[in-house]
Amino acid sequence: MRFLIPLILFIVMVAFLAVGLKLDPREVPSPFIGKPAPAFNLPQLSDFGKSLSNMDLQGQVSLLNVWASWCVSCKQEHPFLMKLAKQNILPIYGLDYKDEREAGLGWLKHFGNPYTASGFDGDGKVGIEWGVYGVPETFVIDKKGVIRHKHTGPITEDSWQQTLLPLIIQLQKEGSPS
Amino acid sequence: MKYWLMLFCVTFSFSVQAIEIRQFDDPAKQQAYENLVQELRCLVCQNQSLADSDADLAKDLRTEVYNIIQSGKSEQDAVKFLVDRYGDFVLYNPPLKSTTSLLWLGPFGLLLVGLVCLGLLAKNRNAGRKMESALTEEESRRLQALKNKLKG
Repeated sequence: MRFLIPLILFIVMVAFLAVGLKLDPREVPSPFIGKPAPAFNLPQLSDFGKSLSNMDLQGQVSLLNVWASWCVSCKQEHPFLMKLAKQNILPIYGLDYKDEREAGLGWLKHFGNPYTASGFDGDGKVGIEWGVYGVPETFVIDKKGVIRHKHTGPITEDSWQQTLLPLIIQLQKEGSPS
Repeated sequence: MKYWLMLFCVTFSFSVQAIEIRQFDDPAKQQAYENLVQELRCLVCQNQSLADSDADLAKDLRTEVYNIIQSGKSEQDAVKFLVDRYGDFVLYNPPLKSTTSLLWLGPFGLLLVGLVCLGLLAKNRNAGRKMESALTEEESRRLQALKNKLKG
């Protein structure tokens, strides 16, 4: 009995610490889940004559991937996005966040362009509207233009197979907007 | 000399304040701004406030807060702007909700546990004392003799 109480306390403490180790403090829950994508209207990176707006994100399930040429983790994620683009599952839109236009274009030329279109957000204002705090970030947007999921950090094969792809397949089955 | 000393003091006092100097048309707005950037959390360096952080995003968010306050809107509007985009996470002083109840009430729960433990301990100790006084006359004489022996 004398040793039982400290032992129980110890086990409880270890359990809390173990859970704490598993939590990722970078995963800040997004307040946007279930809300319509914030409005924006940006020039396209490849052609400033054209624009990309939140209206383009409606009609079909799509991804919005926030990236930048200065972002190291984006380089890590890039080959996966290229592979994804080839599979033609859904359109991937890009948001070139707080970047130089030349550097952004150079990146796409050098590593390849997985994006249906990329908006150019040089001053990061649209990034703030979307609650972006670190690149890369990826939003899953449904047919009605509602944000359904946010992925922080590079997409990996694991997170794609386990979380993103099942959600996308489910969203694609949902009825089209009337 | 006096002039130089004053200049030194002024530059020094600015360098320990915010990272960039913001001009306000009203001291009350300045106060509101300074309070806010101390209370809001930077999402990049999560253990720093917006005022402390040198991160690029923190600078942009300070600009947003500055624009909101300077345009005459209230502190609540600035807080709402950030909470709408980044969630309660940006607040160092989060509101009491079902998701934050453990955070707010947890310490009181621990205090209660502590008080209960303290009460139990005190009870045990009192019980011990009572046992000592419950010795017979013979026993207390022996106890006293033993104590004397130990001292001597």
